[in-house]
Amino acid sequence: MKLFRWKNRRTRTLCYMTLLGLLLLAAYLFGLLIPEEAVATDFMNAKLPPSLEHPFGTDSLGRDLFFRTLKGLSVSITVGIFASLISAVIAVLVGVAAAVGSKWLDNAICFVIDLFMGVPHTVLVLLISFALGRGLKGLLVGIAVTHWTGLARVIRGEVLTLRNHPFVAVSRRLGKSSGWILRHHLLPHLLPQFLVGLILMFPHAILHEASISFLGYGLSPEQPAIGIILSESMKYLSAGLWWPAVFPGLTLVLIVLLVDKFGDNLKRILDPYSAQE
Amino acid sequence: MEQQPLLKVEDLSVTFRMYDGALAQKDLSVITDLSLTVYPGEIVAVAGSSGSGKSLLASAVLGLLPGNAVTGGKMYYRGELLTSEKQKALRGKEIALVPQSVSFLDPLMKVGPQADGAKKPLPTKRRKSIFQRLGLPEKTEKLYPFALSGGMARRVLVSTALISDADLMIADEPTPGMTLNQALEALTIFREMANEGKGILLITHDIDLAFAFADRIAVFYAGTTLEIASAKDFQNGPDTLRHPYSKALWQALPQNGFVPLKGFQPYAGHLPQGCLFAPRCPYKKERCERETPSMREMRGGEVRCFYAT
Amino acid sequence: MKEKILPFLGAFFAKGVRMLALLLVVSIAAFALVSLSPVDPVQQYLLGAGPVSEEQRAQVEEYWGVNDPPVERYFNWLSSLLSGDMGISTLYRRPVSDIIGERFFNSIALMLCAWLLSGGIGFALGCVMGAKKDRWPDRILKKVCYLFSSLPTFWLGLVLLLVFAVWLAWFPVGFSAPIGMLDSEVSLWQRFYHLLLPALTLSLASFSNIALHTRQKLIDVLEDDYVLFARARGEGEGTILRRHGLRNILIPALTLQFSSFAELFGGSVLAETVFSYPGLGSAAAEAGLNSDIPLLLGITLFSALFVCVGNLIADMLYRVVDPRIREERR
Repeated sequence: MKLFRWKNRRTRTLCYMTLLGLLLLAAYLFGLLIPEEAVATDFMNAKLPPSLEHPFGTDSLGRDLFFRTLKGLSVSITVGIFASLISAVIAVLVGVAAAVGSKWLDNAICFVIDLFMGVPHTVLVLLISFALGRGLKGLLVGIAVTHWTGLARVIRGEVLTLRNHPFVAVSRRLGKSSGWILRHHLLPHLLPQFLVGLILMFPHAILHEASISFLGYGLSPEQPAIGIILSESMKYLSAGLWWPAVFPGLTLVLIVLLVDKFGDNLKRILDPYSAQE
Repeated sequence: MEQQPLLKVEDLSVTFRMYDGALAQKDLSVITDLSLTVYPGEIVAVAGSSGSGKSLLASAVLGLLPGNAVTGGKMYYRGELLTSEKQKALRGKEIALVPQSVSFLDPLMKVGPQADGAKKPLPTKRRKSIFQRLGLPEKTEKLYPFALSGGMARRVLVSTALISDADLMIADEPTPGMTLNQALEALTIFREMANEGKGILLITHDIDLAFAFADRIAVFYAGTTLEIASAKDFQNGPDTLRHPYSKALWQALPQNGFVPLKGFQPYAGHLPQGCLFAPRCPYKKERCERETPSMREMRGGEVRCFYAT
Repeated sequence: MKEKILPFLGAFFAKGVRMLALLLVVSIAAFALVSLSPVDPVQQYLLGAGPVSEEQRAQVEEYWGVNDPPVERYFNWLSSLLSGDMGISTLYRRPVSDIIGERFFNSIALMLCAWLLSGGIGFALGCVMGAKKDRWPDRILKKVCYLFSSLPTFWLGLVLLLVFAVWLAWFPVGFSAPIGMLDSEVSLWQRFYHLLLPALTLSLASFSNIALHTRQKLIDVLEDDYVLFARARGEGEGTILRRHGLRNILIPALTLQFSSFAELFGGSVLAETVFSYPGLGSAAAEAGLNSDIPLLLGITLFSALFVCVGNLIADMLYRVVDPRIREERR
């Protein structure tokens, strides 16, 4: 009975996650597959409020905002995935290096982490994006480079605890190589941390991407990124055009909440004890 | 004349609802069938080794068990049933707790105001005289708890009970971390308070000190009492004691031969069938492993054993 | 008295040295980054506006040390920086230090309001959630906190702007002062009036962190031994919250709030841009967009200094307020 209930809960979480994952995937693919014509300029239909034909309305150039938003989302998701993937890999490398390296290296890495935390992220991303001549590359690098610090600290702490764990000491006494210990003891413990860290980093990356695009860095104005749509919407806000500001933003928030939920559930499945509340 | 007991505990049981693993639920019985009484003017020691659930007794009497605990049985204060409202009303007024360690003091509050408590009007004058009586220097009240020495902290904790002027005091392990002199000093204070007519429930693992200062001793084992006897019986030795465990405890004391008892006290959740002491009992019979004995009166004390004489 | 202050000064000094080292490295990194960019500061200056005299051109070239190797260029720049010369903004054609000074005044007003507001809201909500753990106020407020932490700051600003400025017309659509008015004519009330929406945006975007942190801290405190003892002494839940709860969660909350200057500044870049508020944040965004290297560098360094000062205050606060650290060496 007890086992059954536990299984039930686990199954429910898994189903829930699958659903969330499919939803995200659908949004992403849908955005990719929308043909250019769907978001083509059409001055006859400019500034239309939401209707059945245009659920999110149209913008000042007559482009359908629903399709534009979806297209923007898939751009955001792409940038988010790559940026957080790079960031998480940096985090693992740096975190492990800090934990197993010399005291000197550890201090140096902690100093670098302090350095990254010492400049407001938005300013740092602006600076990096500026240095790389703005555009997609600057945006990606900027976000990837600023998001690894928190996870790196977690990984460093985790490795430090693992290193002092009896089973690692026993393995070492048994003459196992560092590589063996790394493969058999460290990696299995770090993988869940990495996955959860990666997925929880993703919403931040998307939010930062949107913010930086909104400020006019990053993606070029023709691209349908959410930040750019919202930035354009500002010009017509005082004229009462509310839909270009409201719907794309809401969709972005929805995606962020979905991914957050997905990450929380993954955490619960990978580590049922820490998530027990 | 039969005096009315200050505190009467009848068949108290405490069970914890635990979450085992991710989501499976499990009940863990920590105290079972515990009965004892405390009369005005006496010190009753509840003595047992650590891990026997003694401290929960204090929480149960005060109504301060965590939310996932379920209690059974009845408790009476001066003949009145202790409901949770009653406990709330009596806490800190009629029943006072002397906690175990300095961690029970707010680390960010100076000792003086902290000992005064939240009651209006503040008993500052009374507190000052009690501090003096306990030998706490004048400047103590301006210190933060972390700056107190072990003995000072103990006296500050005792002072909180004295300030409240409660009639029943529950002292939870009041002596660990103290030197012998400090422990004697603290227990002397309890003795004085008992002589003034207060009842004291002394929860301790220090059987030696319990012998010396208590009037009656309840031997606590695996969540219940095995014997309740006057301290005199313990001073006289195994012949006047009733339960095999009490006798073994006596023999385990350094001055009585240091004979250790084999085996371990069972943990909550792994209690044996029948008599809880049976697995370690040198005199056990077949019935002991089947049936659970209940407390019965014998030679002016009480014992939980089928075959005690 | 002396023995109390000395260790404090020692710690202050050590932290200060670390802070300076950090700032130095930030300056190196920032300088390296802008050197990497395809934009040439001298060209940018000349490109800007109208006729430039030979003299001015020479001055700018000297400032950036165009013909020197990068390391030397950095040290040249650093030494002028240390003597207070942050260069001339190519966008505004005025010394960067003047612009930062002016704009910081606007920004600090905005950030202070937002900081106090988010701290107040966050702390209060955190207390409510912690005290009512797992009951309905906690559940609802926790959802609210998670929701707000997922809202992009700039979109929150857009929505507030839409609702309060466009639809309800309670507030102006932008600028820290009415257009066409001299700076000296602007009353304090008008300034406040224009500052309210951006400040609200900034605080709504950041209160959830402190709220969730305070909630957890209060839950931990309420499970501590000394709270159990306070209950045993007959103190009611309200009294316990006032006497022991607040006392023990206030320092961590304040510390967290002081160490959140980075998020505050980062948020101000977005909030100021949405509301066209003339502060440092919007200046940073404009500087990057218009390739105004001196201004961008100046603001980056300034923001790092701002964050460092917050962290320093947070660290020192513990030493001043917490008796365990304050008196440990006695």
